[in-house]
Amino acid sequence: MALESLHGVERYQHKWNEVQEEAALPEIGNFTNQYQLMMPPLPKAECQVGEYLVDETGRKMKLNYAHGTTTLGFKFKGGAVLAVDSRATSGQYIGSGNVRKIIEISPYLLGTMAGGAADCTYWNRVLAKQCRIYELRNRERISVAAASKLLANMVYQYKGYGLSMGVMVAGWDKKGAGLYYVDSDGNRMPGNVFSVGSGSLYAYGVLDSGYRWDMTDEEAYELGRRAIYHATHRDAYSGGIVRVYHIKEGGWVRISEQDSKDLHYAYAEGKTTTQ
Amino acid sequence: MAVEMAMEPDYMRDPRKHHFSPYMENGGTSIAIAGDDFVMIASDTRLTRGFNILSRNQEKVLRLTPHTMMASSGCWADVLTLSKVLQDRITMYSHEHNESMPTTAVAQMLSTMLYWRRFFPYYVANILAGLDEQGKGVVYHYDPVGHMEQLNFSATGASVAQIQPLLDNQVAALNMKGATPPKMTKDLARQLIHDAFISAAERDINTGDGIIIHTITKEGKTEEMVKLRRD
Repeated sequence: MALESLHGVERYQHKWNEVQEEAALPEIGNFTNQYQLMMPPLPKAECQVGEYLVDETGRKMKLNYAHGTTTLGFKFKGGAVLAVDSRATSGQYIGSGNVRKIIEISPYLLGTMAGGAADCTYWNRVLAKQCRIYELRNRERISVAAASKLLANMVYQYKGYGLSMGVMVAGWDKKGAGLYYVDSDGNRMPGNVFSVGSGSLYAYGVLDSGYRWDMTDEEAYELGRRAIYHATHRDAYSGGIVRVYHIKEGGWVRISEQDSKDLHYAYAEGKTTTQ
Repeated sequence: MAVEMAMEPDYMRDPRKHHFSPYMENGGTSIAIAGDDFVMIASDTRLTRGFNILSRNQEKVLRLTPHTMMASSGCWADVLTLSKVLQDRITMYSHEHNESMPTTAVAQMLSTMLYWRRFFPYYVANILAGLDEQGKGVVYHYDPVGHMEQLNFSATGASVAQIQPLLDNQVAALNMKGATPPKMTKDLARQLIHDAFISAAERDINTGDGIIIHTITKEGKTEEMVKLRRD
Protein backbone atom coordinates (compact mmCIF):
# COMPACT_ATOMS: atom_id res chain seq x y z
CA MET A 1 0.00 0.00 0.00
CA ALA A 2 2.81 2.31 0.80
CA LEU A 3 4.42 1.33 -2.53
CA GLU A 4 1.21 2.11 -4.33
CA SER A 5 0.90 5.56 -2.87
CA LEU A 6 4.59 6.18 -3.58
CA HIS A 7 4.01 5.54 -7.24
CA GLY A 8 0.78 7.54 -7.28
CA VAL A 9 -1.39 4.53 -8.05
CA GLU A 10 -4.92 4.99 -6.81
CA ARG A 11 -6.64 1.96 -5.53
CA TYR A 12 -10.35 1.75 -6.14
CA GLN A 13 -12.08 2.29 -2.83
CA HIS A 14 -15.61 1.09 -2.71
CA LYS A 15 -17.72 3.42 -0.62
CA TRP A 16 -20.11 1.46 1.49
CA ASN A 17 -23.22 3.55 2.23
CA GLU A 18 -22.50 5.93 -0.60
CA VAL A 19 -22.55 9.39 0.92
CA GLN A 20 -23.22 12.35 -1.32
CA GLU A 21 -20.32 14.74 -0.99
CA GLU A 22 -22.49 17.66 -1.96
CA ALA A 23 -25.25 17.75 0.61
CA ALA A 24 -28.52 18.85 -0.92
CA LEU A 25 -29.72 22.32 0.03
CA PRO A 26 -32.20 21.88 2.87
CA GLU A 27 -35.71 22.43 1.66
CA ILE A 28 -37.48 25.45 3.20
CA GLY A 29 -41.07 24.68 2.28
CA ASN A 30 -42.58 28.01 3.13
CA PHE A 31 -40.47 29.94 0.62
CA THR A 32 -42.51 28.38 -2.17
CA ASN A 33 -45.73 27.53 -0.37
CA GLN A 34 -46.43 29.82 2.58
CA TYR A 35 -49.15 27.59 3.95
CA GLN A 36 -46.79 24.69 4.51
CA LEU A 37 -44.80 24.52 7.75
CA MET A 38 -42.42 21.77 8.80
CA MET A 39 -43.88 19.05 10.97
CA PRO A 40 -41.66 17.78 13.77
CA PRO A 41 -40.23 14.29 13.14
CA LEU A 42 -42.47 12.61 15.70
CA PRO A 43 -45.27 10.09 15.38
CA LYS A 44 -48.71 11.67 15.83
CA ALA A 45 -47.07 15.06 15.56
CA GLU A 46 -50.19 17.03 16.31
CA CYS A 47 -50.55 15.54 19.78
CA GLN A 48 -46.93 15.95 20.68
CA VAL A 49 -46.23 19.46 19.53
CA GLY A 50 -44.95 21.19 22.61
CA GLU A 51 -44.38 18.04 24.63
CA TYR A 52 -40.84 17.36 23.49
CA LEU A 53 -39.54 20.68 24.71
CA VAL A 54 -37.60 19.27 27.66
CA ASP A 55 -33.95 19.74 28.39
CA GLU A 56 -31.46 17.00 29.22
CA THR A 57 -32.61 16.73 32.84
CA GLY A 58 -36.25 16.32 31.83
CA ARG A 59 -37.34 19.78 32.90
CA LYS A 60 -39.65 21.70 30.62
CA MET A 61 -37.70 24.18 28.56
CA LYS A 62 -38.90 27.73 28.53
CA LEU A 63 -39.16 28.60 24.88
CA ASN A 64 -40.68 32.01 25.25
CA TYR A 65 -42.13 33.49 22.11
CA ALA A 66 -42.98 37.16 21.93
CA HIS A 67 -46.65 37.59 22.88
CA GLY A 68 -48.77 40.60 22.00
CA THR A 69 -51.42 41.98 24.34
CA THR A 70 -54.24 44.60 24.16
CA THR A 71 -55.94 45.57 20.95
CA LEU A 72 -59.38 46.89 20.22
CA GLY A 73 -61.52 47.87 17.26
CA PHE A 74 -65.00 49.23 16.79
CA LYS A 75 -67.28 50.48 14.03
CA PHE A 76 -69.21 53.71 14.26
CA LYS A 77 -70.90 56.15 11.93
CA GLY A 78 -67.58 57.59 10.73
CA GLY A 79 -66.05 54.22 9.79
CA ALA A 80 -63.92 52.05 12.08
CA VAL A 81 -61.27 52.81 14.68
CA LEU A 82 -58.48 50.45 15.76
CA ALA A 83 -56.35 51.10 18.83
CA VAL A 84 -53.45 49.00 20.11
CA ASP A 85 -50.67 49.00 22.70
CA SER A 86 -47.07 48.11 21.82
CA ARG A 87 -45.65 45.76 24.44
CA ALA A 88 -44.31 42.31 23.58
CA THR A 89 -43.45 39.92 26.40
CA SER A 90 -41.50 36.66 26.31
CA GLY A 91 -42.47 35.09 29.60
CA GLN A 92 -41.85 37.77 32.23
CA TYR A 93 -39.31 39.65 30.14
CA ILE A 94 -40.50 42.62 28.13
CA GLY A 95 -39.03 41.80 24.75
CA SER A 96 -40.03 45.09 23.20
CA GLY A 97 -41.87 48.25 24.12
CA ASN A 98 -42.45 49.38 20.60
CA VAL A 99 -43.96 46.63 18.52
CA ARG A 100 -46.18 47.63 15.62
CA LYS A 101 -49.32 45.67 16.39
CA ILE A 102 -51.34 47.09 13.56
CA ILE A 103 -50.26 45.38 10.39
CA GLU A 104 -50.91 47.23 7.17
CA ILE A 105 -52.23 44.57 4.84
CA SER A 106 -53.16 46.99 2.05
CA PRO A 107 -54.06 50.71 1.84
CA TYR A 108 -57.63 49.91 2.90
CA LEU A 109 -57.18 46.78 5.06
CA LEU A 110 -55.61 46.52 8.50
CA GLY A 111 -54.89 43.56 10.72
CA THR A 112 -54.10 43.65 14.45
CA MET A 113 -51.74 41.46 16.41
CA ALA A 114 -52.54 39.67 19.68
CA GLY A 115 -51.17 36.39 20.94
CA GLY A 116 -48.01 35.06 19.35
CA ALA A 117 -46.20 37.87 17.55
CA ALA A 118 -44.49 35.66 14.99
CA ASP A 119 -47.78 33.87 14.22
CA CYS A 120 -49.65 37.13 13.69
CA THR A 121 -47.01 38.82 11.56
CA TYR A 122 -46.42 35.74 9.43
CA TRP A 123 -50.06 34.96 8.67
CA ASN A 124 -50.96 38.62 8.18
CA ARG A 125 -48.15 38.84 5.65
CA VAL A 126 -49.43 35.75 3.82
CA LEU A 127 -52.89 37.34 3.89
CA ALA A 128 -51.47 40.52 2.36
CA LYS A 129 -50.01 38.47 -0.46
CA GLN A 130 -53.32 36.66 -1.04
CA CYS A 131 -55.28 39.94 -1.03
CA ARG A 132 -52.97 41.41 -3.63
CA ILE A 133 -53.24 38.31 -5.81
CA TYR A 134 -57.05 38.53 -5.53
CA GLU A 135 -56.90 42.14 -6.68
CA LEU A 136 -54.75 41.29 -9.65
CA ARG A 137 -56.89 38.35 -10.69
CA ASN A 138 -60.31 39.91 -10.17
CA ARG A 139 -59.51 43.55 -10.90
CA GLU A 140 -61.34 44.71 -7.81
CA ARG A 141 -60.55 45.06 -4.13
CA ILE A 142 -61.14 42.13 -1.85
CA SER A 143 -63.98 42.50 0.66
CA VAL A 144 -63.22 42.43 4.38
CA ALA A 145 -65.42 39.34 4.75
CA ALA A 146 -63.40 37.50 2.12
CA ALA A 147 -60.05 38.61 3.52
CA SER A 148 -60.98 37.49 7.02
CA LYS A 149 -62.26 34.19 5.62
CA LEU A 150 -58.93 33.60 3.87
CA LEU A 151 -57.10 34.15 7.13
CA ALA A 152 -59.47 31.95 9.12
CA ASN A 153 -59.07 29.11 6.62
CA MET A 154 -55.29 29.41 6.66
CA VAL A 155 -55.02 28.93 10.38
CA TYR A 156 -57.77 26.34 10.63
CA GLN A 157 -55.38 23.84 9.04
CA TYR A 158 -53.20 24.21 12.10
CA LYS A 159 -55.97 24.03 14.67
CA GLY A 160 -54.70 22.21 17.74
CA TYR A 161 -51.03 22.66 16.84
CA GLY A 162 -50.48 25.47 19.26
CA LEU A 163 -50.70 28.58 17.08
CA SER A 164 -51.71 31.54 19.16
CA MET A 165 -53.35 34.32 17.23
CA GLY A 166 -56.24 36.68 17.92
CA VAL A 167 -56.54 39.05 15.01
CA MET A 168 -59.02 41.68 13.95
CA VAL A 169 -59.30 42.26 10.22
CA ALA A 170 -60.72 45.69 9.55
CA GLY A 171 -61.12 47.62 6.34
CA TRP A 172 -63.28 49.50 3.91
CA ASP A 173 -65.18 47.75 1.13
CA LYS A 174 -68.42 48.11 -0.88
CA LYS A 175 -70.50 47.59 2.25
CA GLY A 176 -68.68 50.33 4.15
CA ALA A 177 -66.46 49.67 7.15
CA GLY A 178 -65.92 46.01 7.98
CA LEU A 179 -64.62 44.47 11.20
CA TYR A 180 -64.06 40.77 11.75
CA TYR A 181 -62.45 38.87 14.60
CA VAL A 182 -60.40 35.82 13.59
CA ASP A 183 -58.46 33.56 15.91
CA SER A 184 -56.34 30.44 15.85
CA ASP A 185 -59.13 28.31 17.34
CA GLY A 186 -61.02 28.79 14.10
CA ASN A 187 -63.41 31.52 15.26
CA ARG A 188 -64.38 34.13 12.73
CA MET A 189 -67.15 36.60 13.48
CA PRO A 190 -68.24 40.03 12.34
CA GLY A 191 -69.08 42.60 14.96
CA ASN A 192 -69.25 46.23 15.94
CA VAL A 193 -67.01 46.20 19.01
CA PHE A 194 -64.08 43.88 19.77
CA SER A 195 -61.17 43.85 22.16
CA VAL A 196 -58.52 41.13 22.10
CA GLY A 197 -55.64 40.23 24.38
CA SER A 198 -54.76 39.91 28.04
CA GLY A 199 -55.82 43.51 28.70
CA SER A 200 -59.07 43.23 26.78
CA LEU A 201 -61.15 42.94 29.94
CA TYR A 202 -60.02 46.37 31.07
CA ALA A 203 -60.45 47.83 27.61
CA TYR A 204 -64.00 46.46 27.29
CA GLY A 205 -65.01 48.19 30.50
CA VAL A 206 -64.07 51.61 29.18
CA LEU A 207 -65.12 50.87 25.62
CA ASP A 208 -68.59 49.58 26.44
CA SER A 209 -69.39 52.43 28.78
CA GLY A 210 -68.42 55.12 26.28
CA TYR A 211 -69.51 53.57 22.99
CA ARG A 212 -72.24 55.11 20.84
CA TRP A 213 -72.82 54.62 17.13
CA ASP A 214 -73.10 58.33 16.41
CA MET A 215 -69.85 59.53 17.95
CA THR A 216 -67.80 62.14 16.18
CA ASP A 217 -64.41 61.10 14.85
CA GLU A 218 -62.58 62.87 17.68
CA GLU A 219 -64.74 61.21 20.32
CA ALA A 220 -64.10 57.83 18.75
CA TYR A 221 -60.30 58.31 18.74
CA GLU A 222 -60.37 59.42 22.35
CA LEU A 223 -62.52 56.46 23.37
CA GLY A 224 -60.12 54.00 21.75
CA ARG A 225 -57.12 55.76 23.25
CA ARG A 226 -58.55 55.82 26.74
CA ALA A 227 -59.60 52.21 26.63
CA ILE A 228 -56.09 51.09 25.67
CA TYR A 229 -54.54 53.43 28.22
CA HIS A 230 -56.61 51.91 31.01
CA ALA A 231 -55.65 48.43 29.90
CA THR A 232 -51.95 49.35 29.90
CA HIS A 233 -52.37 50.83 33.36
CA ARG A 234 -53.84 47.71 34.94
CA ASP A 235 -52.50 44.84 32.84
CA ALA A 236 -48.83 44.05 33.34
CA TYR A 237 -48.56 42.53 29.90
CA SER A 238 -49.76 45.67 28.13
CA GLY A 239 -47.94 48.93 27.83
CA GLY A 240 -45.76 51.13 25.70
CA ILE A 241 -47.12 53.32 22.95
CA VAL A 242 -50.85 53.67 22.27
CA ARG A 243 -51.53 53.77 18.52
CA VAL A 244 -54.84 54.77 16.97
CA TYR A 245 -55.86 54.22 13.33
CA HIS A 246 -59.03 55.27 11.54
CA ILE A 247 -60.53 53.39 8.61
CA LYS A 248 -62.71 55.46 6.32
CA GLU A 249 -63.70 55.65 2.72
CA GLY A 250 -60.30 56.49 1.27
CA GLY A 251 -58.57 53.78 3.27
CA TRP A 252 -56.88 53.81 6.65
CA VAL A 253 -55.20 56.78 8.33
CA ARG A 254 -52.75 56.78 11.23
CA ILE A 255 -54.23 59.13 13.85
CA SER A 256 -51.90 59.18 16.84
CA GLU A 257 -49.02 57.43 18.59
CA GLN A 258 -48.65 58.43 22.24
CA ASP A 259 -46.69 56.94 25.08
CA SER A 260 -49.05 55.54 27.75
CA LYS A 261 -46.87 57.21 30.36
CA ASP A 262 -47.63 60.66 28.90
CA LEU A 263 -51.31 59.78 28.61
CA HIS A 264 -51.33 58.83 32.27
CA TYR A 265 -50.20 62.27 33.41
CA ALA A 266 -52.44 64.04 30.89
CA TYR A 267 -55.51 62.13 32.06
CA ALA A 268 -54.58 62.59 35.71
CA GLU A 269 -54.69 66.35 35.24
CA GLY A 270 -57.91 66.04 33.24
CA LYS A 271 -59.55 63.98 35.94
CA THR A 272 -59.02 66.57 38.66
CA THR A 273 -60.24 69.48 36.54
CA THR A 274 -63.56 67.84 35.61
CA GLN A 275 -64.32 67.20 39.30
CA MET B 1 -50.43 -16.13 26.80
CA ALA B 2 -52.03 -12.98 25.52
CA VAL B 3 -51.92 -12.69 21.75
CA GLU B 4 -50.51 -9.33 20.77
CA MET B 5 -51.10 -9.45 17.06
CA ALA B 6 -53.48 -6.48 17.07
CA MET B 7 -51.03 -4.33 19.01
CA GLU B 8 -49.15 -1.57 17.20
CA PRO B 9 -45.37 -1.36 17.51
CA ASP B 10 -44.35 0.69 20.49
CA TYR B 11 -43.20 3.70 18.50
CA MET B 12 -46.72 4.06 17.09
CA ARG B 13 -48.54 3.94 20.39
CA ASP B 14 -49.45 6.91 22.52
CA PRO B 15 -46.68 9.34 23.40
CA ARG B 16 -44.53 8.25 26.31
CA LYS B 17 -42.32 10.23 28.58
CA HIS B 18 -38.79 10.16 27.33
CA HIS B 19 -35.68 11.87 28.53
CA PHE B 20 -34.07 12.56 25.20
CA SER B 21 -34.15 16.25 24.45
CA PRO B 22 -33.28 17.70 21.08
CA TYR B 23 -32.36 20.97 22.77
CA MET B 24 -29.58 22.16 25.02
CA GLU B 25 -28.93 25.56 26.51
CA ASN B 26 -25.37 26.62 25.61
CA GLY B 27 -25.48 30.22 26.80
CA GLY B 28 -23.99 33.21 25.05
CA THR B 29 -25.00 36.83 24.74
CA SER B 30 -24.86 39.31 21.86
CA ILE B 31 -25.25 43.06 21.46
CA ALA B 32 -25.61 45.16 18.35
CA ILE B 33 -25.64 48.96 18.05
CA ALA B 34 -26.28 50.86 14.84
CA GLY B 35 -25.06 54.32 13.88
CA ASP B 36 -25.61 56.55 10.87
CA ASP B 37 -22.91 54.94 8.79
CA PHE B 38 -21.75 51.95 10.77
CA VAL B 39 -23.01 49.06 12.84
CA MET B 40 -21.27 47.27 15.65
CA ILE B 41 -22.09 43.73 16.70
CA ALA B 42 -20.44 41.81 19.51
CA SER B 43 -20.80 38.46 21.18
CA ASP B 44 -19.14 36.85 24.14
CA THR B 45 -17.00 33.79 23.53
CA ARG B 46 -18.11 31.42 26.25
CA LEU B 47 -19.99 28.23 25.48
CA THR B 48 -21.51 26.48 28.49
CA ARG B 49 -23.53 23.44 29.35
CA GLY B 50 -25.11 23.66 32.77
CA PHE B 51 -22.26 24.54 35.11
CA ASN B 52 -19.55 23.39 32.73
CA ILE B 53 -17.68 25.52 30.26
CA LEU B 54 -17.37 23.88 26.87
CA SER B 55 -15.28 26.57 25.26
CA ARG B 56 -13.74 29.91 26.15
CA ASN B 57 -13.19 31.17 22.63
CA GLN B 58 -16.17 30.26 20.50
CA GLU B 59 -16.85 32.87 17.85
CA LYS B 60 -20.59 33.49 17.69
CA VAL B 61 -20.86 36.18 15.06
CA LEU B 62 -21.30 34.93 11.53
CA ARG B 63 -20.42 37.03 8.52
CA LEU B 64 -23.23 36.56 6.00
CA THR B 65 -22.44 39.17 3.34
CA PRO B 66 -19.87 41.98 3.16
CA HIS B 67 -22.36 44.26 4.90
CA THR B 68 -24.38 41.93 7.12
CA MET B 69 -23.50 39.90 10.17
CA MET B 70 -25.54 37.71 12.46
CA ALA B 71 -24.91 36.86 16.11
CA SER B 72 -26.63 33.75 17.40
CA SER B 73 -26.72 31.98 20.72
CA GLY B 74 -28.88 29.46 22.52
CA CYS B 75 -28.66 25.84 21.44
CA TRP B 76 -25.33 25.60 19.64
CA ALA B 77 -26.44 22.71 17.42
CA ASP B 78 -29.32 24.80 16.11
CA VAL B 79 -27.05 27.80 15.66
CA LEU B 80 -24.71 25.76 13.46
CA THR B 81 -27.50 24.41 11.28
CA LEU B 82 -29.29 27.74 10.97
CA SER B 83 -26.04 29.48 10.00
CA LYS B 84 -25.31 26.83 7.39
CA VAL B 85 -28.79 26.94 5.86
CA LEU B 86 -28.81 30.74 5.85
CA GLN B 87 -25.37 30.98 4.32
CA ASP B 88 -26.35 28.53 1.58
CA ARG B 89 -29.39 30.61 0.63
CA ILE B 90 -27.37 33.81 0.62
CA THR B 91 -24.80 32.25 -1.67
CA MET B 92 -27.57 31.05 -3.98
CA TYR B 93 -28.99 34.56 -4.11
CA SER B 94 -25.63 36.04 -5.08
CA HIS B 95 -25.29 33.45 -7.85
CA GLU B 96 -28.77 34.11 -9.19
CA HIS B 97 -28.71 37.91 -8.94
CA ASN B 98 -25.02 38.59 -9.41
CA GLU B 99 -24.91 40.83 -6.36
CA SER B 100 -24.81 40.23 -2.63
CA MET B 101 -28.12 40.01 -0.83
CA PRO B 102 -29.23 43.30 0.76
CA THR B 103 -29.59 43.38 4.55
CA THR B 104 -33.37 43.91 4.48
CA ALA B 105 -33.80 40.84 2.27
CA VAL B 106 -31.60 38.72 4.52
CA ALA B 107 -33.62 39.88 7.52
CA GLN B 108 -36.95 38.90 5.99
CA MET B 109 -35.58 35.59 4.73
CA LEU B 110 -34.31 34.71 8.18
CA SER B 111 -37.72 35.49 9.65
CA THR B 112 -39.49 33.19 7.17
CA MET B 113 -36.84 30.52 7.69
CA LEU B 114 -37.37 30.56 11.45
CA TYR B 115 -41.14 30.37 11.04
CA TRP B 116 -40.79 27.28 8.81
CA ARG B 117 -39.76 25.52 11.98
CA ARG B 118 -42.69 26.90 13.98
CA PHE B 119 -43.54 23.51 15.46
CA PHE B 120 -39.99 22.34 16.14
CA PRO B 121 -38.20 25.63 16.57
CA TYR B 122 -34.58 26.57 16.24
CA TYR B 123 -33.78 27.31 19.86
CA VAL B 124 -31.71 30.31 18.83
CA ALA B 125 -31.62 33.93 19.89
CA ASN B 126 -30.62 35.98 16.86
CA ILE B 127 -29.51 39.47 16.10
CA LEU B 128 -28.82 40.59 12.58
CA ALA B 129 -26.80 43.74 12.03
CA GLY B 130 -25.89 45.40 8.78
CA LEU B 131 -25.91 48.40 6.50
CA ASP B 132 -29.04 48.99 4.48
CA GLU B 133 -29.07 50.11 0.84
CA GLN B 134 -28.49 53.73 1.87
CA GLY B 135 -25.48 52.80 3.99
CA LYS B 136 -27.24 53.45 7.28
CA GLY B 137 -26.74 51.00 10.13
CA VAL B 138 -29.69 48.80 11.07
CA VAL B 139 -30.23 46.07 13.66
CA TYR B 140 -32.88 43.35 13.56
CA HIS B 141 -33.94 41.43 16.65
CA TYR B 142 -35.61 37.99 16.43
CA ASP B 143 -37.47 35.66 18.73
CA PRO B 144 -36.99 31.88 18.30
CA VAL B 145 -39.85 31.57 15.78
CA GLY B 146 -39.10 34.51 13.57
CA HIS B 147 -40.81 37.62 14.91
CA MET B 148 -38.59 40.34 13.57
CA GLU B 149 -38.17 43.89 14.79
CA GLN B 150 -36.06 46.60 13.23
CA LEU B 151 -34.19 48.66 15.81
CA ASN B 152 -31.17 50.87 16.38
CA PHE B 153 -29.72 48.74 19.14
CA SER B 154 -30.50 45.43 20.79
CA ALA B 155 -29.21 42.70 23.04
CA THR B 156 -30.12 39.03 23.05
CA GLY B 157 -29.12 35.77 24.64
CA ALA B 158 -28.58 34.60 28.21
CA SER B 159 -27.84 38.01 29.74
CA VAL B 160 -30.41 39.99 27.78
CA ALA B 161 -32.28 41.01 30.93
CA GLN B 162 -29.10 42.52 32.39
CA ILE B 163 -27.89 44.30 29.26
CA GLN B 164 -31.02 45.57 27.50
CA PRO B 165 -32.05 47.99 30.27
CA LEU B 166 -28.53 49.42 30.28
CA LEU B 167 -28.70 50.01 26.54
CA ASP B 168 -32.21 51.50 26.77
CA ASN B 169 -30.85 53.99 29.26
CA GLN B 170 -27.53 54.86 27.60
CA VAL B 171 -28.29 54.63 23.90
CA ALA B 172 -31.88 55.82 23.71
CA ALA B 173 -32.24 57.72 27.02
CA LEU B 174 -35.65 56.06 27.33
CA ASN B 175 -37.97 57.30 30.04
CA MET B 176 -35.45 59.78 31.37
CA LYS B 177 -36.66 63.27 32.10
CA GLY B 178 -34.78 65.96 30.25
CA ALA B 179 -32.19 63.61 28.75
CA THR B 180 -31.42 63.45 25.06
CA PRO B 181 -29.93 60.39 23.42
CA PRO B 182 -26.25 60.85 22.50
CA LYS B 183 -25.07 60.90 18.92
CA MET B 184 -23.91 57.38 18.30
CA THR B 185 -20.26 57.17 17.30
CA LYS B 186 -18.03 54.14 16.95
CA ASP B 187 -16.11 55.00 20.11
CA LEU B 188 -19.24 55.41 22.18
CA ALA B 189 -20.74 52.19 20.83
CA ARG B 190 -17.56 50.26 21.53
CA GLN B 191 -17.32 51.63 25.05
CA LEU B 192 -20.96 50.83 25.78
CA ILE B 193 -20.65 47.31 24.44
CA HIS B 194 -17.53 46.69 26.50
CA ASP B 195 -19.09 48.09 29.69
CA ALA B 196 -22.31 46.17 29.16
CA PHE B 197 -20.49 42.88 28.81
CA ILE B 198 -18.30 43.56 31.82
CA SER B 199 -21.39 44.15 33.94
CA ALA B 200 -23.20 41.13 32.52
CA ALA B 201 -20.21 38.89 33.19
CA GLU B 202 -20.30 39.92 36.84
CA ARG B 203 -23.87 38.83 37.29
CA ASP B 204 -24.47 35.94 34.90
CA ILE B 205 -22.45 32.74 34.90
CA ASN B 206 -23.20 32.08 31.25
CA THR B 207 -21.39 35.21 30.07
CA GLY B 208 -17.67 35.87 30.25
CA ASP B 209 -14.22 34.85 28.96
CA GLY B 210 -14.03 37.36 26.15
CA ILE B 211 -15.87 39.37 23.55
CA ILE B 212 -15.28 39.81 19.85
CA ILE B 213 -16.54 43.14 18.55
CA HIS B 214 -17.17 43.49 14.82
CA THR B 215 -17.67 46.85 13.11
CA ILE B 216 -19.15 47.11 9.65
CA THR B 217 -18.80 50.27 7.61
CA LYS B 218 -18.95 51.11 3.93
CA GLU B 219 -15.21 50.53 3.71
CA GLY B 220 -15.30 47.08 5.19
CA LYS B 221 -15.29 45.38 8.51
CA THR B 222 -12.93 45.31 11.47
CA GLU B 223 -12.71 43.00 14.40
CA GLU B 224 -11.50 43.40 17.97
CA MET B 225 -11.02 40.82 20.68
CA VAL B 226 -11.44 41.99 24.27
CA LYS B 227 -10.78 39.88 27.34
CA LEU B 228 -13.34 39.43 30.09
CA ARG B 229 -13.36 37.64 33.43
CA ARG B 230 -12.69 33.97 33.10
CA ASP B 231 -14.35 32.92 36.34
